[in-house]
Amino acid sequence: MSLSRDQVLHVARLARLELTEGEVERFGTELSKVLDHIETIGQLGAMDDVAPTSHVIELENALRADEPAPSLPRDVALASAPDAAMGGFRVPSPGAGSSE
Amino acid sequence: MSELLELSAARAAERIRTGELEAEALWSAYRGRAAADELNAFTWVAGPEPPPVTEGPLGGVPVAIKDLFATEGIPSQAGSRILEDYRPPYTATAVERLAAAGAPLLGKTNQDEFAMGSSTEHSAYGPTLNPWDRSRVPGGSSGGSAAAVAAGIAPWAIGTDTGGSIRQPAALCGIVGMKPTYGAVSRYGMIAFASSLDQAGPLARDVTDAALLLGAMVGRDPRDSTSLGLLEPIAPPGATDLRGVRIGVPEELSGEGIEPGVQERFEETIELARELGATIETMRLPHAPHALAAYYLLAPAEASSNLARYDGVRYGLRAGGDGDLLHMYTATREAGFGTEVKRRIMLGTYALSSGYYDAYYGRAQKVRTRISEDFRRAWESFDFVATPTSPSVAFELGAKLEDPLAMYLQDVCAVPMSLAGIPAISIPNGLADGLPTGFQLAGPAFSENRILDAAHALEDAIGFDGSKARE
Repeated sequence: MSLSRDQVLHVARLARLELTEGEVERFGTELSKVLDHIETIGQLGAMDDVAPTSHVIELENALRADEPAPSLPRDVALASAPDAAMGGFRVPSPGAGSSE
Repeated sequence: MSELLELSAARAAERIRTGELEAEALWSAYRGRAAADELNAFTWVAGPEPPPVTEGPLGGVPVAIKDLFATEGIPSQAGSRILEDYRPPYTATAVERLAAAGAPLLGKTNQDEFAMGSSTEHSAYGPTLNPWDRSRVPGGSSGGSAAAVAAGIAPWAIGTDTGGSIRQPAALCGIVGMKPTYGAVSRYGMIAFASSLDQAGPLARDVTDAALLLGAMVGRDPRDSTSLGLLEPIAPPGATDLRGVRIGVPEELSGEGIEPGVQERFEETIELARELGATIETMRLPHAPHALAAYYLLAPAEASSNLARYDGVRYGLRAGGDGDLLHMYTATREAGFGTEVKRRIMLGTYALSSGYYDAYYGRAQKVRTRISEDFRRAWESFDFVATPTSPSVAFELGAKLEDPLAMYLQDVCAVPMSLAGIPAISIPNGLADGLPTGFQLAGPAFSENRILDAAHALEDAIGFDGSKARE
């Protein structure tokens, strides 16, 4: 399996990564090699009768009492924000600047 | 001083309890060594003033914590530039429990970025060096914790294991590392890599220390709904023989692909186990050869989703703030993530993308079921499965950086247990070419006490001497 340049760029867009030209080339080659290994699971046949694992340890529902409790104070939650303003997280406008 | 550092953590705790040793003296000795660390094992070291004494089973013996555990007000960067100087507003449950049991925080240890790697070279804060040979890697991703314990600059440490990240560095540094049953330790406050696989566990100088530390970490936590109560508390291991113990050696995970020196040490210890009274048989885990492929679909898929939170909005780095919102996201992630993290996000996003989900992610979850069934079948005839921990000894810095697949193969013997959620320990298993090798023992879910007991008997018989790394 070999990843085309367009596929690499498509996946990078989905993952919100802005790759450099060098990375596009490098990841295309490296991921193709890793995918070749990964595709050996194709040798296991159809596996139509196998249930996919959803959790490794058998667990009953993990429920807790629905009781109000204090959460992080707003100023603490905002303390690490790159740009806090008016009691919230400020971000650039989705429509600002570039045309992408 | 040197006598102090030769004490195991359990013995140091005992001497503090009996008044033969001052907790402050132990703190100062280790704090001083951590502050002078030349291995780059630490990313943050506590100040010199001794912490208040807390009574508890861990006796005041300080502990080193892998950087990805959130520690309130203390840098928790997970080896990533995107979290540079991030100081969380809360502390991980595992760290809180250790502190309450009497183990103050000595420092935060270096790791591969977001625990993705087997060498600690994928840290944004530089690689950690192996104390046995500083031109070599300590393994990873918990390489800082492993190197610190091996070098005697921390009495003990904790790490996390997603697909071998406690066991492999423990093996490469000549110490004990244990990944408990999935859910045994709360994941609350652990910066997430792959949530269905991530488990915290101890890295320690011997099996007794590992058991003591693990015992203080485990337990159900209402803040992590996947955490479990173990069926019984962790007990101090005491076994000196293996009479009546049945050990299976999976054909698929030894021999081919294992370095000859590592394989020889492994076979010698299997022989020792037989002399201690164990029954040894080769057996099959037919789906184990597909574990690594399944892991490298599942873990990156979960990571690509977990790491979506790093978007420059609530904490951490922001770049490209002068453009539009999408540009801010992509520029932040481009500037903040290292190469291996981007590689895994790409792989995971691809595996989950429209048209590929069934062939990759869905199929890998079925392989995971098959691997769990292989182990369940094994437990009908065996108490434990034994393998070499890592197929090689510590490799040279840089040796596998340009070949991701070669790096991933470091975890070939560790990943099947991670996928099945079962406990496994690595104990030091003698040297090959002057470098440590590891012996892995895995058992059914919740068999921690039996594994620790068997490991204790083997440790005694192997008689590994790790003092060279502490010189």
